[in-house]
Amino acid sequence: MALAEICKISNAPYMRPNAWSSADVEEEQKGLMCNLANPYTLAAPPFENPLHNLNQIQANGDKTGVKINFDHGTTTLGFKFKGGVLLAVDSRATGGSYIGSQSMKKIVEINQFMLGTLAGGAADCVYWDRVLSKECRLHELRNKERISVAAASKIMANIAHEYKGMGLSMGMMLAGYDKRGPGLYYVDSEGSRTPGNLFSVGSGSLYAYGVLDSGYHWDLEDKEAQELGRRAIYHATFRDAYSGGIIRVYHIKEDGWVNISNTDCMELHYMYQEQLKQQAAK
Amino acid sequence: MSSRYDRAVTIFSPDGHLLQVEYAQEAVRKGSTAVGVRGANCVVLGVEKKSVAQLQEDRKVRKICMLDNHVVMAFAGLTADARIMINRAQVECQSHRLNVEDPVTLEYITRFIAQLKQKYTQSNGRRPFGISCLIGGFDADGSAHLFQTEPSGIFYEYKANATGRSAKVVREFFEKSYREEEVANEHGAVKLAIRALLEVAQSGQNNLEVAIMENGKPLKMLDTDVITDYVKIIEKEKEEELEKKKQKK
Repeated sequence: MALAEICKISNAPYMRPNAWSSADVEEEQKGLMCNLANPYTLAAPPFENPLHNLNQIQANGDKTGVKINFDHGTTTLGFKFKGGVLLAVDSRATGGSYIGSQSMKKIVEINQFMLGTLAGGAADCVYWDRVLSKECRLHELRNKERISVAAASKIMANIAHEYKGMGLSMGMMLAGYDKRGPGLYYVDSEGSRTPGNLFSVGSGSLYAYGVLDSGYHWDLEDKEAQELGRRAIYHATFRDAYSGGIIRVYHIKEDGWVNISNTDCMELHYMYQEQLKQQAAK
Repeated sequence: MSSRYDRAVTIFSPDGHLLQVEYAQEAVRKGSTAVGVRGANCVVLGVEKKSVAQLQEDRKVRKICMLDNHVVMAFAGLTADARIMINRAQVECQSHRLNVEDPVTLEYITRFIAQLKQKYTQSNGRRPFGISCLIGGFDADGSAHLFQTEPSGIFYEYKANATGRSAKVVREFFEKSYREEEVANEHGAVKLAIRALLEVAQSGQNNLEVAIMENGKPLKMLDTDVITDYVKIIEKEKEEELEKKKQKK
């Protein structure tokens, strides 16, 4: 033990003889699960100075093989137009080249008038969207008025900023209808928050943007807008291996959101191919 | 025997009173009168200033102050306590703009003030705020509101109300003479507020402070000569009324 003392490691947890007594375990668990009591106290990465060291670990990921950078692939899009806000997403969940699920719900229903899309770490997005749901409901109860999209997105941006550099990975759009009309915000784990008319997020977003930009204008009819969103996501699923599954389209109007369609991208593929053929024949 | 139960704010007396809170209400009753009138599209607040000592500079610290562009507050009671409250409320207004990107609603800021006051009746080592606030202003939808809070943390909304010294007299006056059509315009609302103040003003017309807020416009403090004009009109009307009564007799 003398050597340990000289090396100044006698107090380290692995040198303690009773490191796994039940009290210690309980103590450790308390630290890791403190977010169950207060969702805002998420445990930080379990090493010293996480802000600095996490960056280094991530930077050296290729050399050390310790990769904690999520591989994430998604395509989500949202845009405002005269008929409200339209959101369309795919449903494939991937971890690297492994497809974990083909039926994810990447649109979170925060309340009857607000939706959030997830891209990035699914757990991060789902967790914080759940916290956001709670905050939105509390706001509604306290102020007898639905929360505005601006306020909700600010809550999210504040959270993201609080945990900036600690390993959260989110890129979400918040869309809704409030007293100011349709609202669409992009919030990500870097802490940025941008209002806008048109966004696409995820690995397939470039493909989606291509379709969106060629077809988008403010005065789209409802049907046209829904079809534009669906088609944009379809093209992303076709070119981006990390996007696929079911294409979900939601439309938010003055009286709340409506789920317009959930279509398998394969069905759409054959449908669009057929259309191409017919066009070619003419 | 009550003296044993009024030491700490947090202790009830056997008959269910919080004596410290009641003393705070007493401090309000001793404070100079503040009145508020909600018109159709304006809010008028008025107070009676303490008379200024001969060599004292006329105070720039006013009993009517802005909490935000669209919220104005008047109070009766301890001015020093009010400063703290005003500061907290102003910060909250800005913090609300920051977090929610909307100006506060009148109900929200009133609730905030009332909540703070309540906190001071239920936590140790504090004393209640010795002030009662009249909070007036406009919501984002353009509707005028007038709220009152008390030291206990209660708040109510009014069409017109008074607080401070002889508040009861003024309230009765309002109940008698508040007419929707009279306060439909700015002129009528200001006149009603000044009339109410004159009912109880101890030092006469010279020490009145009246502010008017209209939707989307900055707060306007009325000049002394404007107030004097109103006072003249009111006195003239009173005389005419007396004449009429005499003639009837």
